[in-house]
Amino acid sequence: MVDSAINLTAVEVRQLVKRYPKAQTDAVDRLSFGVVHGEIFGLLGPNGAGKSTTIGVLTTRVRPTAGQALIAGVDVVATPRTVRRLLGVVPQRNNLDRSLSVRQNLLFHAAYHGVPKALRTRRADALLEQFALTDRANDKPEYFSGGQNQRMMIARALMHDPTVLFLDEPTTGLDPAARLFVWDRIRELRETGVTIVLTTHDMDEAAALADRVGIVDSGRLLALDSPAALVRGLAAGATLDVAVEPAGESGTARLLDRLGDLAGVQRCEQVGIAGAVRTIRLHITGDAGALVARVAAAIGDVGGRLIGVEIRESSLEDVFIELTGRRLR
Amino acid sequence: MTATTAPVHTEPAAEVRAPSWMLMARSFGSVLRRDVVVTGKDLVAFLAQVLLQPFFFLFVFGKLLTGLGYTSHDYASLLFPGLVALTVAVTAIQATAFPLVAEFGWTKEIEDRLLAPLPLWAVAAEKLLFASLRAIVAAAVMFPIGIGVLGSVPYRAAGLGLLVGVALLGSLVGACIGMTIGTFVPPTKINIAFALIFTPLLFTGATQYPWPSLASLRWFQVVTAANPITYVSEGMRAALVPSIPHIPGWVCVLALLASLAVFGTLGMVGFRRRAVD
Repeated sequence: MVDSAINLTAVEVRQLVKRYPKAQTDAVDRLSFGVVHGEIFGLLGPNGAGKSTTIGVLTTRVRPTAGQALIAGVDVVATPRTVRRLLGVVPQRNNLDRSLSVRQNLLFHAAYHGVPKALRTRRADALLEQFALTDRANDKPEYFSGGQNQRMMIARALMHDPTVLFLDEPTTGLDPAARLFVWDRIRELRETGVTIVLTTHDMDEAAALADRVGIVDSGRLLALDSPAALVRGLAAGATLDVAVEPAGESGTARLLDRLGDLAGVQRCEQVGIAGAVRTIRLHITGDAGALVARVAAAIGDVGGRLIGVEIRESSLEDVFIELTGRRLR
Repeated sequence: MTATTAPVHTEPAAEVRAPSWMLMARSFGSVLRRDVVVTGKDLVAFLAQVLLQPFFFLFVFGKLLTGLGYTSHDYASLLFPGLVALTVAVTAIQATAFPLVAEFGWTKEIEDRLLAPLPLWAVAAEKLLFASLRAIVAAAVMFPIGIGVLGSVPYRAAGLGLLVGVALLGSLVGACIGMTIGTFVPPTKINIAFALIFTPLLFTGATQYPWPSLASLRWFQVVTAANPITYVSEGMRAALVPSIPHIPGWVCVLALLASLAVFGTLGMVGFRRRAVD
């Protein structure tokens, strides 16, 4: 059932389709990807892209319309019970048991998964410590902050020592400090060998955490690679914004022509006007720093006056824009 | 990429690798224990919710009106089995309907149990079992309360088997009705649903009158025959006060088994619909 080739893949999604009853389009549309054991895999896309539905299928809570999904080689539709032992889930919405204390939430979760008593007590103590919840262990989560709830849900999901941990929008709505705390814990988890699949609509989060990122939109996978490779794959690797005072009426047009002809400049456009000053954006390939001197000289050649220069490296957001023609948020 | 250097981690820890049925039994037991622990923390609220209404029913109709001469003492012994039946059914309905509406609707608390290595039907069965347990406890407590309020309650050792059987079946049917309501009614409509379902259920269950006596009011007799609580009330009378005209015990048991099949199926269908998208 589980051959060695498949077993190298912690999560495998093949031609997955999900159409909800009465929906006009597929929430997930022939999605395929694989997640290697021990990596952090990010699904990046806007709200409604089908990320949560995909997580829902992988965690046995959503029945796929077509296609296949496997966790460690085990089919999620055919053997959901086996799969549930392998996965930990941190959902987007708080689903903590409000009738139980923090510690009881962890202990009962482990008990549902058949973890013996001594072991679950030991794990609960360790996870409460790791997630800085020890002093709140006997409180009920009713009045907890978003950050505390999130920490608790991650700790709970780890109580049965899952092979794959799913985090659905793990830091949405958290303040910056809580977000960094969660990021640090996620990086720590990778060191222990847990495979992590996270969804996010935040490109910074995807770039900061994920070994590989799958960009999804309208239920389809548009690109899949490491964040660095995705950005490198862009036609333009960086942008150079120059603030210029052009000479005369036709100065701007002549500037755009001249700058667009420079080697290493892919295209350029005017993106801002403030008084006499025009901001021109150059989409460039190669080293931005080396280009600056030539840009300055070219501006001088057509009688313009250079006022400011700003170099910006391309990000996953630019990748998304190039793929979809839209901004991520 | 770190993926190639990280230790491969594919199997559940050795401690968790128990045979499937044993894991399932342990898991089921833990889910049940969770409900017992939560109810135990809130025992006073549970008892108040369950017992206040039957207490006042017994006090006003069994004691007060009898004392004032408006009803005969016989009415109390007719009413008591009916109230035990009502307590069983209502407690069980409430014990599944309300939590399911909340847990599927907004607290989402049930998700952690739906992700346990249990089949969905077992998670649903635990809800039914626990609701039934609450209902049986509530019914049992009715006896000391009845003795306290009325001085004595009807009891027959020969009817004990039927009493227990009808109580068990009645509690399970109630739990299934509650699961059906709790999973089919959208959370925003639950108040109106309860008003529309609960009040008729309360007064057409042959609780306050024996069913055969309705022969003169044929249409109402037909209506009450459609309410499963009628068979709990009548079964209780067959067990405790057979001298009062009643539907035969075996008919009650059969009718309750049929109700269990119908509402059990509906409840499970509703549960599955809410648990998996």
